[in-house]
Amino acid sequence: MIYFKNVSKIFGKKKVLDGLNLHIPKGQITLILGKSGEGKSVTIKHIMGLMQPSSGQVIVDGKDVGLMSNSELRNMRSNFGMLFQHAALFDSMTVLENIMFPLKEHFHFSLPEMLDRVEDVLNQVGLQGIEDKLPGILSTGEKKRVGLARALVTNPKVLLYDEPTTGMDPLVCEMIDNLILKVSKLNPDLTSIVISHDMKAALALADKIVMIYNGKVALAGTPGEFKTSKNPIIRQFFSGKVQGPMEFL
Amino acid sequence: MFFNEIKNRINTLGDFVLFVFNVFYETLSLKFRFSLFLQYMNLIGAQSLSIIIFTGFFTGAVFGLQIGSVFMVFRAEGLMGGATGIALATELAPLITGFLLAGRVGSATTAEIATMVVNEQVEAIEAMGVSPIHYLVTPRVFASAIVMPLLCGVFMFIGVIGSYMAGIYIYSIDEGVFFENLVYLAQSKDIIVGLRKMFFFSFIISLLSCFFGLKASGGAKGVGLATTDSVVKILIYILISDFVISYIEVH
Repeated sequence: MIYFKNVSKIFGKKKVLDGLNLHIPKGQITLILGKSGEGKSVTIKHIMGLMQPSSGQVIVDGKDVGLMSNSELRNMRSNFGMLFQHAALFDSMTVLENIMFPLKEHFHFSLPEMLDRVEDVLNQVGLQGIEDKLPGILSTGEKKRVGLARALVTNPKVLLYDEPTTGMDPLVCEMIDNLILKVSKLNPDLTSIVISHDMKAALALADKIVMIYNGKVALAGTPGEFKTSKNPIIRQFFSGKVQGPMEFL
Repeated sequence: MFFNEIKNRINTLGDFVLFVFNVFYETLSLKFRFSLFLQYMNLIGAQSLSIIIFTGFFTGAVFGLQIGSVFMVFRAEGLMGGATGIALATELAPLITGFLLAGRVGSATTAEIATMVVNEQVEAIEAMGVSPIHYLVTPRVFASAIVMPLLCGVFMFIGVIGSYMAGIYIYSIDEGVFFENLVYLAQSKDIIVGLRKMFFFSFIISLLSCFFGLKASGGAKGVGLATTDSVVKILIYILISDFVISYIEVH
């Protein structure tokens, strides 16, 4: 479904991705792990075509994202949903307007149809009665859930989560993790890509885990393979110890 | 250091040319966002009207007051209406309206878009398959191009009223003489010159404010820097283009 072929990304003098090869299977939850600044968010921005690789290819549904025209990119993105790290809700719009935004842009639904769809996705994320509120007065957890509702409202084929639980208390983290699983079960064809550095979530959520280190894939496999891996990078990341082969800058 | 600065400026210029090309290309290739266009017409036009009227009145009154004292020396106070009319139409109205709108509309536009950029909202628009240029920039540019010259026209009209008040109540000029000289000296071509200038300034204000907003990075400090940079550059380019347009008009 999504392939990275020898992808490198250089910012100034820093090589963030260094010949990354990656396969993200259809209809599964793939979790991309790595320490901060390792290029996880850069990786998903390449999938969306929000960034272009310095070299290599990103292939989505058989097409090279780097060779797509602006209109092809827009069409591709209309099949994607993305939950941003800080939800990225439009603060001048109400919750309802935020969630309806992609519907208005890409579909020709009537207003009652759109309202039904909004109600449906708000139910999926466990929020009701907040349609008229502005994002500024919502809690961080509520913002994330509204962001997820907005990402889900168009029935996307691919859903990308950029560090959905970063900076949250354990209860909200678990709630978001459960939501990711619930959404995935409710939409069996949905391909989910989750960026995280939370090992516990990785083992609980993922069908496939990819660990990125030094711009390359250190290990890609199932949660079981990660648990039993002898790779010192993986072991250090699991244990959370500073001492080890993994460099901290 | 010096070469890096030149390189950065050339890069920014290149980015701006590409940005302007995209604005006009997307206007032609994508469906025009009429509701946003109307929304920005209200935001730029109706909400700037009171400050334009206020400034226009006092600019005209002060200009009349100053020029009246000079004309009095030559016993030519009657020419006040005509002189004020020409000055307002060709120079004062477009320039001061441009400056006011750079401060009111340009700064607000840059700050709003820059905040959206640093909060990932612009990236979210893009991620949802919508062009940020088409959504955020194009309706603003075209609303500005229509509304700003109209505001300039209002400034001219109110400025003449200010000058009239100063002439009648301070210098006791005859009403008929004031208007006779105004109509005789200030012609419709002078108004067109001013409106044409403002039309050009509207593109400077809207395009530069959106461009600097979209280029912002680095949190609250980045928003502040982008806004300052945007307003300063808009003022500089308005002054430079005012000189160039005036030079072309004169020759």
